[in-house]
Amino acid sequence: MDSVNIAEITGNIAVIGYGIAAIGPGIGVGMVVSKTIESIARQPELAGRLQVTMWLGIAFVEALALIGLAAGFIFV
Amino acid sequence: MLRTRFRRTKLFRSLTFIAAEDAVYKPPTIFEFYPEIVAFEGTIFAINRIMMIRLIVMVLLIIIFLLWTRKFNQAVKTGNVVPGRFQVLGEMALNFVRTSIAHNQLGEKDGERFLPLLTTMFFMVLGMNITGVIPFANIAGSSVIGVPLVLGAAAYVTFIYAGIRKHGGRFFQYSLFPAGVPKVFYILVTPIEFLSTFILRPVTLVLRLLMNMIAGHLLLVLCFSATNFFVFETEGLFRLFGAGTLIFGFAFTLFEILISVLQAYVFTLLTTVYIQLALADEH
Repeated sequence: MDSVNIAEITGNIAVIGYGIAAIGPGIGVGMVVSKTIESIARQPELAGRLQVTMWLGIAFVEALALIGLAAGFIFV
Repeated sequence: MLRTRFRRTKLFRSLTFIAAEDAVYKPPTIFEFYPEIVAFEGTIFAINRIMMIRLIVMVLLIIIFLLWTRKFNQAVKTGNVVPGRFQVLGEMALNFVRTSIAHNQLGEKDGERFLPLLTTMFFMVLGMNITGVIPFANIAGSSVIGVPLVLGAAAYVTFIYAGIRKHGGRFFQYSLFPAGVPKVFYILVTPIEFLSTFILRPVTLVLRLLMNMIAGHLLLVLCFSATNFFVFETEGLFRLFGAGTLIFGFAFTLFEILISVLQAYVFTLLTTVYIQLALADEH
């Protein structure tokens, strides 16, 4: 039986790097959104202000993932 | 065990054989964003597809706004209180920026001051983004750094201007040396504040918009070029994958529409919040 290479991977290691870089922001955004949902459930009348704060929080956390994506293009 | 494995390898081999005898699939690269120049080649006014899309979007935005303002003026002049569909759309869009972004964050007075800039930003980002999903345009005007850079620079200048106008030179003192921190910690706090306020804010504004559009475009190209490859260049079972990638492509198109609106909202909102933080009194 000759071996058939069915899982050969060619490509750039930066892809894996970006995958790792996306873990942290992913967890972070998840936490921000889940806490916001929790807060809105507790106090629905504050929903508007909480959502604005949520967008801000997401924007800061997301920056890391975006820098990771940019770094992948720049340093390859 | 051995036999099933053997059978599986055989299946895979036949599948890979079918795929291998045809053309190889080429995934999209970053060079998607450097289309060939179509006019004025060699001069500084060289225009490629993306630049052309930007110009068209600009003209369309101007026309839409002219029509809207004419409708609004007509409605005021004739006292006609029943708006048409087009006018309602305009009122809703403009009111959205005005109430839920500007007035909510900055208050009535400062909100009105910065409203022209914020409205321009919102509609420009939205217009430039939405071309990413419009057929025959198929690339966002903001997927090359020019547009995000200009908008980011405008936001940067505006919030520093707002701070200096309100607090004078003490704006930098407020933002670099926040009150209520023990003096020793300024060694630590001041560089961080400088980095986050004066460098990371504009850089992340630009990068967020740019990278969202680049990633979105690459995803769409990936899905649809894979569909094209599977349907036209492979045979047998592989064609079924084409249906899968087509569905994914369609889903991502809808997702991109959401992203375009969301990015316009987030960009404008963040600019507003930065202005608001610059205007805020010392805590």
